Amino acid sequence: MTDVLVCVKRVPDTSGEVVLTADGDAVDGRYAGWTMSAHEECAVEIAAGVAGDSGGSVTVLTLGDEDSVEQLRAALAVGAGEAVRIDARADDYGPADVAGAIAEVARAREAAGQGFGLILVGNDAADTGDHQVGIRLAHLLGRPVVAGAQEVTAADDRLEVRVGTASGTEVYDVPMPAVLTVLEGGVEPRYPNISGRMKAKKAQIEVVEPGVAPQGSGRLGLRVLPPPESNVEVLGEGAAAAPSLVAVLREIGVVR
Amino acid sequence: MSVLVVVEPDEGGDGLSVVSQETLTFARQLPGDGVSAVLVDAVGEPDDSVLTHCREHGVDALYVTDDERLQRYAALAWARVVGAAAEASGAAYLIAGGTARGNEILAHAAAVLEAPMATNVVSIAQPEPLEVERQVAGGAVLERVALTGEPAIASVAGHALAPEPAQAPGQARVERVTAELADADRAAQVVRLEEREGGDTSALTGANVVVGAGRGVGGAEQFADVEALAARLGGAVGVSRVVTSLGWRPHHEQVGQTGSRIAPDLYLACGISGAIQHWAGCSSSKTIIAVNTDAEAPMVTKARYAVIGDMHEVIPAVLEELG
Ligand SMILES: Cc1cc2nc3c(=O)[nH]c(=O)nc-3n(C[C@H](O)[C@H](O)[C@H](O)COP(=O)(O)OP(=O)(O)OC[C@H]3O[C@@H](n4cnc5c(N)ncnc54)[C@H](O)[C@@H]3O)c2cc1C
Ligand SMILES: Nc1ncnc2c1ncn2[C@@H]1O[C@H](COP(=O)(O)O)[C@@H](O)[C@H]1O
Repeated sequence: MTDVLVCVKRVPDTSGEVVLTADGDAVDGRYAGWTMSAHEECAVEIAAGVAGDSGGSVTVLTLGDEDSVEQLRAALAVGAGEAVRIDARADDYGPADVAGAIAEVARAREAAGQGFGLILVGNDAADTGDHQVGIRLAHLLGRPVVAGAQEVTAADDRLEVRVGTASGTEVYDVPMPAVLTVLEGGVEPRYPNISGRMKAKKAQIEVVEPGVAPQGSGRLGLRVLPPPESNVEVLGEGAAAAPSLVAVLREIGVVR
Repeated sequence: MSVLVVVEPDEGGDGLSVVSQETLTFARQLPGDGVSAVLVDAVGEPDDSVLTHCREHGVDALYVTDDERLQRYAALAWARVVGAAAEASGAAYLIAGGTARGNEILAHAAAVLEAPMATNVVSIAQPEPLEVERQVAGGAVLERVALTGEPAIASVAGHALAPEPAQAPGQARVERVTAELADADRAAQVVRLEEREGGDTSALTGANVVVGAGRGVGGAEQFADVEALAARLGGAVGVSRVVTSLGWRPHHEQVGQTGSRIAPDLYLACGISGAIQHWAGCSSSKTIIAVNTDAEAPMVTKARYAVIGDMHEVIPAVLEELG
């Protein structure tokens, strides 16, 4: 039986236009909306798979303000059974701080006899992209960690972890308890069904105080790059543009 | 006050990876008094081509390891090697390329040293005290951060700058380092490598030409013309995330924030809208040509050239024109 902790972060959805807050200190999600990172959606899916196969549980955790309950509920709707929110402003926390706060929760659970055999985080958060929380967490807990996990199978207290690279797949075999940082591409996150949504709506969310004082991320400010001025040269429309397109290919030397 | 750069060998065996060369170019801008490098993911005597690149990039000393236990990749064990090299070189700055390996090894080193680390750095905003600008939110936003650690630890965004040889070549003296390795340092180690069927897809990141395909392709069965054009141009196929999410193509072909970063001579983006997360992976291409039915699509307005129309009419016509 493997009990899994999966950590998700509320991030602004930046697929559309990006707007900063008035003080230039954060990305303003009021217009674009909020989401969790794609990697974390895959992490939730992997968590559900590993726990489901072994009769274990899935707990989803976030460090964030009250609004981040939305992301916890999204995970509850697709396989997590319990949710914990570390009550803090995520922007005040650097990746080492987040790792420290998650480690505190994991240790407290362990001390209460409910340790997590597997902790999953995303490879990198969609907003800050620090690539650090999982690895720092593993060091704090003295556990092995594999970064970029795409497919995971658990058996006999070990994990087979598959990581895609340019030339193929690297396979790891690691003992539990372990930490994995998950990269999208290996599993297909499921969509919530009606009963999942109902369950998520009613679920209790445990709120805990952060066990660390944050040092911060060193952020001094943000700026959005102005869109480059368009200098596109339209070569034409449809099939009729083929000769001019090929002329460009010759000009830049990719065909002779 | 020296700079130590974590460098990786080129996949094709031709010296250092392009990103490592970019990273050395970046590292020379730091206010240190000399650049050294530590070679990761390669054990034993470095290739001549590696030394040539190191000399070109002004590297004084190249740290390498002979430890056979590292033949199979283990990130934490490599971080120990990097740590030993940092100590030997007295590094005040520890820099790597923003690749999977680079970020992973640096994050372990940062955890061991309990030092802060900045990823995806694109420029130095102020040398002392060190402040850098880094890409966040998939490249849509630049964040200015104070980098206070000793050493200062940072990864450089792939293709944020072009590799340039140093004004004065370096000696590239080979120095061997041995790191104390505990068994726990290799608890997470690659046990097996499964080569991909159909060969090498480092083809994508190394290709001179990439033919990009997005949702506009229309379906998994409709890639024949895209593949034919890529083959005709001696290039690779790259796709958007919608295409991989729909299962039309495998994830390793994805270009963008959560896929590969490419910098080919030509990126021919067909049926791709050009969302910021996609742009993050392709913006360093030398020339971008967009083929799109929508003249207002961001891919079109950001491209150098565009053809407005149905890609399944344009591509066959281009193939015919090429003969
Ligand atoms: C955290 C995060 C990470 C992400 N990472 C990535 C990433 O790594 N890579 C990535 O690509 N995306 C990524 N995305 C998704 C990204 O925001 C876009 O949703 C995606 O790139 C859009 O793919 P598309 O251009 O194929 O599809 P669409 O946006 O649907 O665009 C399709 C385009 O095709 C055109 N078209 C339609 N039919 C035709 C035709 N017959 N001929 C020619 N043109 C046609 C349309 O005009 C349109 O411009 C990420 C998103 C998030 C939130
Ligand atoms: N505030 C947070 N709350 C919960 N998990 C987080 C938080 N910040 C980061 N994480 C997790 O750590 C991963 C990597 O984040 P980062 O190291 O910041 O790129 C994310 O994908 C999340 O899974």
